[in-house]
Amino acid sequence: MVKLKRFICRFYVAIIMIFLYAPILVLVVSSFNNSISRVVWDGFTLKWYSEMFRSTLIKDSLNNTIILAFVSALVSTILGLLASIGIDAMHKREYSFVMAITNIPMLNADIVTGIAMMLFIIRFMPLGFNSILLAHITFNIPYVILNIMPRFNQMDVSIFEAARDLGAGPVYSFFKVILPELIPGIIAGFFMALTMSMDDFVITYFTKGAGVNTLSTMIYAQLRKGIQPTMYALSTVIFFVTLILLIIVNVLSARGSRTEVKR
Amino acid sequence: MTKRKYVSLPYLIWMIAFIVLPLVFVGYYAFTAKDGAFTLTNIFAILDPLHRKAMILSILLALICTVVCFLVAYPLALVLRYINFTNKGLVIVILILPMWMNSILRILALQMILNKNGILNMILSRFSIGPFEMLNTRGAIIFGMVYDFLPYMILPIYNAVMDIDADLLDAASDLGASKPTRLFKIILPLSKPGIISGITMVFIPALTSFVIPDVLGGGKIQLIGNVIEQEFVTSMNWHLGAGLSFALLIFVIIGLLFTQRQETKEKESNVW
Amino acid sequence: MKKRLFALLMTGTLIAGSLCGCENKNDVPTITVFNYGMYIDPDILDQFTEETGIRVLYEEAQTPEELYAKYSSGAIRYDAVCSSEYIIMKLMEEGSLQPIDYSKFEHIDNISDEVWSFCATFDEDNQYALPYFWGTVGIVYNKDMVLEPPVSWDVLFNGEYAGNFIMQNSMRDAFMIACKYLGYSCNTTDPDELAAARDLLIAQKPDVMSYLVDEVRDEMIAESAALGVIYSGDGSLAKESNDSLEYIVPSDGSNLWVDCWGITSECINTDAVCQFLDYVVCREDIAMQNFEYVYYPSSNQAVIDALPDEIKNDPTFMPDIDSLDNCEVYQLLDEDTMALMDEMWKQIKAN
Repeated sequence: MVKLKRFICRFYVAIIMIFLYAPILVLVVSSFNNSISRVVWDGFTLKWYSEMFRSTLIKDSLNNTIILAFVSALVSTILGLLASIGIDAMHKREYSFVMAITNIPMLNADIVTGIAMMLFIIRFMPLGFNSILLAHITFNIPYVILNIMPRFNQMDVSIFEAARDLGAGPVYSFFKVILPELIPGIIAGFFMALTMSMDDFVITYFTKGAGVNTLSTMIYAQLRKGIQPTMYALSTVIFFVTLILLIIVNVLSARGSRTEVKR
Repeated sequence: MTKRKYVSLPYLIWMIAFIVLPLVFVGYYAFTAKDGAFTLTNIFAILDPLHRKAMILSILLALICTVVCFLVAYPLALVLRYINFTNKGLVIVILILPMWMNSILRILALQMILNKNGILNMILSRFSIGPFEMLNTRGAIIFGMVYDFLPYMILPIYNAVMDIDADLLDAASDLGASKPTRLFKIILPLSKPGIISGITMVFIPALTSFVIPDVLGGGKIQLIGNVIEQEFVTSMNWHLGAGLSFALLIFVIIGLLFTQRQETKEKESNVW
Repeated sequence: MKKRLFALLMTGTLIAGSLCGCENKNDVPTITVFNYGMYIDPDILDQFTEETGIRVLYEEAQTPEELYAKYSSGAIRYDAVCSSEYIIMKLMEEGSLQPIDYSKFEHIDNISDEVWSFCATFDEDNQYALPYFWGTVGIVYNKDMVLEPPVSWDVLFNGEYAGNFIMQNSMRDAFMIACKYLGYSCNTTDPDELAAARDLLIAQKPDVMSYLVDEVRDEMIAESAALGVIYSGDGSLAKESNDSLEYIVPSDGSNLWVDCWGITSECINTDAVCQFLDYVVCREDIAMQNFEYVYYPSSNQAVIDALPDEIKNDPTFMPDIDSLDNCEVYQLLDEDTMALMDEMWKQIKAN
């Protein structure tokens, strides 16, 4: 009976994994299909991969996507960290007010955020790469704050006070006492910001300038005119690169938390 | 100690410049006509039969999508806890990984699966079933939304369920609580913050999505997101587009107030 | 361990940041051009930059209305725009275009006289519009999936192919089809006629498999539908890829169009833009390369002359302009009619 139950449970997990990964499998298989048509299998080929590496459009879009993701994640992590430190010290009313506004980009419809940013930015500067960057930083910050703030609640304030009593300056005790406690939240926030930036289409679509493309906007444009199999090749590469990266990060952090426990 | 709050000054400036002011701009466009005069017609345009239809359909599809996501995600979280799948990192990797793939590409893959001579029909025809017309229907849009937003529902619920203290459940069963009682009196209430953030993170993007109906609806089905996008992208009526966005914003805020009131003392729930 | 991970992340970010610094290419002369999707061979843009050192920022729109909306929003400053003749007319009327100085072109003589005179119907002295490609709107059908070859738009309205045909997701083309089927002009400004066309399109909607623009070609090649409304060049390309496909211009009449390039009045670096247009449209070898990608009848006579006879004489590819007497060119409609049509299109899409 218990065995059957466990089997059903595992089966359920398996079904959902198939649901989540079947489309990705389709993309991976299509990337090796010799035929440009989406339905007919016409032998194995690697030509889409070589074509992908030759395409400047793909290279530029990939560059833009990666730069946007890292720069926006970094800036929003710094701003979000500073914000969290300050917001934590606020009184209840200020706190609720600032947090309510902070949550707006996260809870607002992407399309409204994107349009709002576009209407605002074109008043002051032409749309281009920088306008996308500003928008990405803006919608990333709430995710960073959301990951860092709970760490303050879990933190023992007396450690900080003890450090101060023992003669450490506020900046010194911040770096030595508070920051280490926040690191897991900072890393999680940074990663979440990276993910959100990479996955975003709508906000980028409305704030991008002429000739500036991220992977999302390029793929959307391609989708409209018949997608090239090079896109499947690209998604396969992205999939395996992120898979490896995430596994490395997972192993490292698992090892990290184990040593922490030992200490 | 109170000086510490000034550390957040750079962010506060950023917040005003890039969160508050852009919304003011939307508001400006929403409440003015093309000649700059004040008007409410753009806001109330949501009640126009054309837009109302899209809005009601959007709410309906988003609700169905949220319910389906919840019904799939909650048992999954319980199951993962039950089979003692404690490698939280791995679960998160598995769920996050599809999100790192471009969502438009994944939706395109769904299109390839659901197409009339697509993969699913090909498999079904082996068993001499079908072919079915699955693409360009409401069902296809819901399917796409569930697929795209499911991880946003699973992650917070999984986190909340995993954080429930096993001793608590043991104590309950020692005191004679039956399985359903434990589920409804302990597990469900304790995972409420996760459920609420899951629901908001699924419902809002589902309500406003325009890419999914575009790709899986074949241009036949219009949701409110498509209407707004078209006002900006093809009809060039920014005032109407902004007005509809503003109306949408009001809907979202109403939804949030509703969930917020339900939320207990937790300052905020962890997303992952 | 976490510290090391964090350091790794930060280094990654810094590298990305410094890459961002290198991206600065402001000193290079740059032009911004606006065009439809799949309407230029992307390799040509790279070749042009390589040969001349001029960087081309390339933006795409899907439909004429989208292109015009994006242009006139002013969010991006464009130097050159390629669009349908009626959008070009609108831009001319608004004073958004500047006369093209053809003395800066080296290969302007390659442009066909016939197409020039065709353009003169809306651009009297051929001052503003440089013709690019022309063609018709018609039906591409799959010989194996239809009972008999279609001859008129009727097949899209009589329910025979319910759920098995693709409509154009472009406002004027959709109205053109309905108007022509009803025997009206596609340039009608009569609200009653437009309302009749709208009602017809709404009645047709349940039968439509999907509304697409550029994707029609791939869907037809993949045999997802029996019939599809398509532009002639895409029809010819589809025929090349799948032998079962055939293209016709319906007997009840259709739209004859020519897409033209215009230089915007905002453009400062006209020399660079002229160089670009000369390169893409007029230079024989490049125009040939571009033709092979786009596959519409080119305005470039040298390209047409160099084509093998079986293509040149294929009436579905390159009809004799005079033989298309029931085909109309889109006229610029007055603002009220456009607004009405826009509203009706929304009603169709929302239904």
